[in-house]
Amino acid sequence: MLGNLMAVDWGFVFEKLILIAVVVTVSLVVAMYETWAERKVAAVIQDRRGPNRAGPFGLFQPLADGLKLFMKEEIIPNSSNKLLFVMGPGLAMLTAMMTSAVIPWGSKIVLFGRTIPLQIADINIGILYIFGVVSMGVYGIMIGGWASNNKFSLLAAIRGASQIISYELAMGLSIIALLMLTGSLSLKTIIEQQQDHIYYVFFQPLGFLIFLICAFAECNRTPFDLSEAENELNFGYHQEYSSMKLGFYLFAEYINMFVSSAVMATLFFGGYDIPFVNDVSFGLHHGQNLLALLQTVSLLAKIACFVFFFMWVRWTIPRFRYDQLMDLGWKKLIPLSLVNMVVTGFLVLLRQNHWHF
Amino acid sequence: MQALTNRVQVVERKPLSFWEKLYIPAIAKGMFITFSHIFKNKPTINYPEKTRPFSPVFRGLHVLNRDEEGRERCTACGLCAVACPAEAITMEAAERLPGEEGLYREEKYAAKYEINMLRCIFCGLCEEACPKDAIYLSETFAPANYTRKGFIYGKEELLIPDPKTQPEEFAKAKGLTK
Amino acid sequence: MGITQILFWSLSVLALFSAIMVVVSRNPVHSVLWLIMVFFAISGHYILLNAQFLAIVNLIVYAGAIMVLFLFVIMLMNLNADTEPQKNKWLKIAGVISGGALLLVFVAALKNVDAKAHVAQVARGDIGLIHNLGIALFHDYVVPFEISSVLFLSAMVGAVVIGKKE
Repeated sequence: MLGNLMAVDWGFVFEKLILIAVVVTVSLVVAMYETWAERKVAAVIQDRRGPNRAGPFGLFQPLADGLKLFMKEEIIPNSSNKLLFVMGPGLAMLTAMMTSAVIPWGSKIVLFGRTIPLQIADINIGILYIFGVVSMGVYGIMIGGWASNNKFSLLAAIRGASQIISYELAMGLSIIALLMLTGSLSLKTIIEQQQDHIYYVFFQPLGFLIFLICAFAECNRTPFDLSEAENELNFGYHQEYSSMKLGFYLFAEYINMFVSSAVMATLFFGGYDIPFVNDVSFGLHHGQNLLALLQTVSLLAKIACFVFFFMWVRWTIPRFRYDQLMDLGWKKLIPLSLVNMVVTGFLVLLRQNHWHF
Repeated sequence: MQALTNRVQVVERKPLSFWEKLYIPAIAKGMFITFSHIFKNKPTINYPEKTRPFSPVFRGLHVLNRDEEGRERCTACGLCAVACPAEAITMEAAERLPGEEGLYREEKYAAKYEINMLRCIFCGLCEEACPKDAIYLSETFAPANYTRKGFIYGKEELLIPDPKTQPEEFAKAKGLTK
Repeated sequence: MGITQILFWSLSVLALFSAIMVVVSRNPVHSVLWLIMVFFAISGHYILLNAQFLAIVNLIVYAGAIMVLFLFVIMLMNLNADTEPQKNKWLKIAGVISGGALLLVFVAALKNVDAKAHVAQVARGDIGLIHNLGIALFHDYVVPFEISSVLFLSAMVGAVVIGKKE
């Protein structure tokens, strides 16, 4: 048994652990500053100034908010199911963090003679893994809402869960059309196909639009934030939560936003590919590490654009009514994505049979 | 139905056309509007760093005035208290003792002078009623406080600094410098 | 004992323990959550067998969708230990007998199976990978696959018919 343990490539394990730590830290910091950015974006859209007291441009505001959440009193309602009540936010956070494991953050770096790919796990079912984890994300909401033993929370939890399940369907169908073009489920392969080629968004504009709308719904963002509708359900599933448990729910939402932006950038906008630059020749001329750094920056820039779009939409479009939401999901997006799928399949078939057009 | 005025606008409630049903043009329009607001001027003023100038007729916090030699002008005649519609002013008079001529201008002065800023409506009638030009309303306002007691301003808070010993503070309270 | 075996044993223990907890739990919501744990453990087994596609689809479909609907119903019905209806004594006896009979059938069927000859080929068995699985499904088993998809289609049509307003 000891021999087996010795046979494990410890350098590999070590580099993966470091990578995981870095990715987790980065997502947490990004989520922190997303809260700041959200308030700033809301402010500038509404002709206000936003947080500007704590530090320059209010940049320390998230730290102050985090400190406030940690210092607040931890309340667990008497009539709640204590174990599940504590488990809910943890689960929401866990599933939010897990998605980032399959996203390639850059091609690879060379350190101390080792080639380290900037991706935690390049599994050949990358997209399906993301879907699996996202479908697990429902439980954080559902368990939290039910364990609060509050009717508003329960209603919100059920709303949120049914919304996520409904939109997952259209999301999956819109992805199938993309997968017909890529022929692979691995995110790394999908990016490599897009490198120095036309991004998939130009082949799949409708698919991208459907995916985008579904991503909004999956993240519980406005206009689909029915599970935390404050004017009809008080605060939704996290009504009974206080202190950092509430913070976890809010944080999970922002991490979800970050990760779904990363997924959209990866699938439709070339991921870490630097636009208008031939990555391979750049890497040969300027060194692999610089290339990897620039690629990561490029991906983060794409993500930032998407995150801004998320916020922009939030402060523009009002919330859907619940029947409108279900109507859009089941009667519009699913047929649309089915049509998109059939048309894409037809064209792919034509191309495979050497019909040039 | 006959319209009552010529400003009536009739709302047409016809079903949405296909283009309107898509909602996408409407959403794009809305998004464009919110985006254009990013580049608009912000009307907000960063308050403690930048203050808006008060109008010269602004009626703010009261000040008990002194004359050029630093003597209190108030004689505790009580006209301000009578004039006050909110009954915010109370005072206690005292007689000036020999040797206090440098402190009080008249023979009688206010030993205690209190204004309840929670009652005060800042109408400025006390200022108008004062025959000695002893009270006037400055261009500041009462800062927040944690207790109700903190809003009852006594003589320490109301009296203007002595022009002889603290000329700068006096000028500032008078509004002579900006 | 390699890492694979350690994982296998711990996953098996987890799966069996969770399965028992599903039956034993008084609170139906806890039962559902334990059932989700069972699905996770089984997905872990699939990954050990190098069947990643099956593992993740198991999670998406069962743990992600079907169990959520289960949870829906149970949460809305507000079942708990106090409102649990008293079960008929004969029903219990019938349950024990039928369960025992099923166990007997399983034992009889699996007693003579030579397990050694059918060990899953972990090292070389790449049929579970999505590429090979797709080829197998759409070449060798295309007719049964399409027929099952018609079954799903009919279920969808049925749902639409039920959901349609009169």
